[in-house]
Amino acid sequence: MAGIKIHDLHISYGKTTVIESLDLEVLDGEFLVLLGPSGCGKSTLLHGIAGLQEVSAGTITIGGVDMTHADPTDRQIGMVFQSYALYPTMTVERNMSFSLRVKGFSRQEIARRVDRAAQMLQLTELLQRKPAQLSGGQRQRVAIGRALVRDAGVFLFDEPLSNLDAQLRTELRRELKLLHKRLGTTMVYVTHDQVEAMTLASRIVVMRAGHIEQIGTPGAVYARPNNLFVASFLGAPAMNMLHGTLVAAQDSTMALALQGGNIGLAGYAFLDAPQAACEVVLGLRPESLHLDPAGPFEGTVVLVEPMGNHSVLWFDWAGQHLSCLLPGGVAPALDSALRFAIDTTQISLFDRHTERRL
Amino acid sequence: MTAPRSWWKVRPGQLSASVALLPLAMIVLVAYAGTVLWSLRVSLTDARTFPSDVYVGLAQYERLFHNERWLLSLNNLALYGLLFIGLCMVVGLLLAVFIDQKVRGEGLLRTVFLYPYAMSFVATGLVWQWLLNPELGLQNAVQTLGFDGVQIDWIVDQDKVMYTIVLATVWQASGFVMALLLAGLRSIDAQIWNAARIDGIPTWQVYVFIVLPMLGESIATVFVLLLTATVKLFDAVVSMTQGGPGNASEVPAKFIMDHLFGRANLALASAGSVVLLLSFLALVAPLFYARSRYQKRVGHP
Amino acid sequence: MNSRLSVARWGIYCFLLGAALFFLLPAYVMLVTSLKSMDEIRLGHLFALPAELTIEPWRSAWSSACTGLNCEGIRGGFWNSVGIVIPSTVVPILLGALNGYALSFWRPRGSQALFAVLMAGAFIPAQVMMYPLIQILAVLGIFGSLAGIVLVHTIFSMPVMTLLFRNYYLSIPTELFHAARIDGGGFLRIFFELVLPMSVPIVTVAAIMQITGVWNDYILGLVFAGREHLPMTVQLNNIINTTTGTRLYNVNMAATILTSLVPLAVYFASGRWFVRGITAGALKG
Repeated sequence: MAGIKIHDLHISYGKTTVIESLDLEVLDGEFLVLLGPSGCGKSTLLHGIAGLQEVSAGTITIGGVDMTHADPTDRQIGMVFQSYALYPTMTVERNMSFSLRVKGFSRQEIARRVDRAAQMLQLTELLQRKPAQLSGGQRQRVAIGRALVRDAGVFLFDEPLSNLDAQLRTELRRELKLLHKRLGTTMVYVTHDQVEAMTLASRIVVMRAGHIEQIGTPGAVYARPNNLFVASFLGAPAMNMLHGTLVAAQDSTMALALQGGNIGLAGYAFLDAPQAACEVVLGLRPESLHLDPAGPFEGTVVLVEPMGNHSVLWFDWAGQHLSCLLPGGVAPALDSALRFAIDTTQISLFDRHTERRL
Repeated sequence: MTAPRSWWKVRPGQLSASVALLPLAMIVLVAYAGTVLWSLRVSLTDARTFPSDVYVGLAQYERLFHNERWLLSLNNLALYGLLFIGLCMVVGLLLAVFIDQKVRGEGLLRTVFLYPYAMSFVATGLVWQWLLNPELGLQNAVQTLGFDGVQIDWIVDQDKVMYTIVLATVWQASGFVMALLLAGLRSIDAQIWNAARIDGIPTWQVYVFIVLPMLGESIATVFVLLLTATVKLFDAVVSMTQGGPGNASEVPAKFIMDHLFGRANLALASAGSVVLLLSFLALVAPLFYARSRYQKRVGHP
Repeated sequence: MNSRLSVARWGIYCFLLGAALFFLLPAYVMLVTSLKSMDEIRLGHLFALPAELTIEPWRSAWSSACTGLNCEGIRGGFWNSVGIVIPSTVVPILLGALNGYALSFWRPRGSQALFAVLMAGAFIPAQVMMYPLIQILAVLGIFGSLAGIVLVHTIFSMPVMTLLFRNYYLSIPTELFHAARIDGGGFLRIFFELVLPMSVPIVTVAAIMQITGVWNDYILGLVFAGREHLPMTVQLNNIINTTTGTRLYNVNMAATILTSLVPLAVYFASGRWFVRGITAGALKG
């Protein structure tokens, strides 16, 4: 059981700097997800924590001990790779016990640890099988088992579900979440899939180009993204983005002037004092658009995507396409008119030039 | 109701494909199957310079196994095979593993280890014949350096001449083994190495317990290829020692060739070639059988 | 990961350099011997550099060494080998490509069995096939001619060539082939317009293997090439092992180098392609 403290980390390959001045604290026992597009440095960061990647500057502390330049074996970590990397010619039992045999543990101790891990991961019947005879989920558990027998304090996951088909992915995702609940070990998980991040994380770290854009619980990052990048990365369908300008309203509150009309911003919590004439981007999640026959705005239906338990409705408003959610079964006719209202407590405003949240 | 499929009505494309394969089918039937059957037939006759129609049953095979030269050639080949295959495997594997350690100048080293394979067996035999020349070759060079007692006259020593052939051909073929095994090593999932590092397994143990077992197929392939080369051993012997001194470095392939042409004993030579074929198949067949069973068990794609 | 020079690292480099020495030694001796005069050679200093460099041995090897009945050097053999290698590369590659194509995309009935028997045929020692092949060629009237030796080389290289192309074509997505058939392509059209243009890498590999293999062949050339077409390897062996009188080691070594020049040149020029050839040819299904 261990927390990780990363301070002022720099990682570079030759002339390319991948990670620069990164600070991060992973709390003991949490499930932290590193989320970002390819090339954002999340895997590099993970490999740096693991000791598989050289660190150019900064410190990494695991469980209170400085491990910046320590060998991977001394870090008390476990790692699950995209391909699971199980030793193909060994049985499950030997896969899990190999590191213990190398360290010279007694046979009783090895048997005890392997049995305990096998029980926790429900692998007891599979101990004599070879990796090729296991299903994807079983292989994932063996990969975790390898780390479990060494009493690892931190488990690292490098996109373990990316190679799987959609159904298996959702199944293993849930297994992983249950496992974390049962074991309570610190887990750091890398993915580019925001659904995985949302469902698994206790906290999400959104990364871009070697920097951390935002850290927070899934709910916080979803509802109050710090900048345009985070806002557009999370959420499906993606957040609707509209350009507008801030104007001062009569009652000394701010209003937002959009192509299709004005919206009062009395309900919006600004971070700093807003400036009039500021050019902004309005971020609207599809679920914060409500169809209301008495609503102030009118649009035309363009497309309906039925998803089973709900539908996504795309409509045109003053020349822009917006999406909103409808309960399943409700499907307005194409090209029909609809009226809607916007819940200003749920919106996000971003400065159009700095892209930061206002 | 669908039309019945008549076997002679194939789609035009399939017909063309069958026609295109005709030359191959002819080659296989005539040149492969046909020649084997022919040799088998000849080995059962008393043919000498020309084929004959007089059948003598297994008499030629009996004569064969009372022929000292033939028995010696089998002995030599067995010894050669063990040493050649064993040494090539060991040297090739060591070279591959060491080169795999991210050494500098890897490209240059690989070129150096593999160039002998680009030379003909004849050239290799001739070079080593010169190197091992008792008066002017290695022995002399080492002796002039002061090591008077050192004897490297294996090439004229009846008991040791086969070792010289082993030396020359191992020099030629180890690079080939290295190239194949290196390709196998490189095809191993890099993440296995990472996993082993995190598990704390020392490098040499990763090789012995994880990597080598994974190379099982490559090693089996190399073994079969080396075995094939052993059975075919002819060029190197002809160029290096001509089978000598005396008959000390006689090998089956040379025995057969000599009796096919010079000594004009077709039937005996054919019997020898049939024996060679059968023993080779006997050695190789179990391997293939084992490999297909292994592939089925592991669920090979 | 410390890439500093630890003891283990030293050991690795020592072993590799030692091995390199072992592999380079014969080439060095071969070269050095070929540039010395016989007097120098008789002094017995195998490894010494030539005190007086001479290229006489090379001239002699090329144009005046005795290769059996006549003494015109090994240049005749060189051109013979060229004359054998070129058709013995082109024909097997064409056939191999056609076969591989038919076996991988079309798979007519019985082709799997044919392929299996072909692979088995690769294991038959040449000696078993030797005399019957002579008979066949004699009947066809081409024994001892260029056509004969080319046919023999073609026969012996069918397994490897077919395997190479078949495996290569199996790695091409079948969707391409299906799309071409839907577009109306027939057997030959798809071969010439789609498959062959995609085959450049494998043709390169096959050519490298075939050129090297045929050039270095001895036994087939010995038996089937006939006196006017004896390849360089056979003539080389004649020069060195059937000369009466004093043995001219420098000429012998020069002749050996000359014989090895073409395959070595192909090797050095082809680099990774050579290795690809070896590994591809080794994968027996």
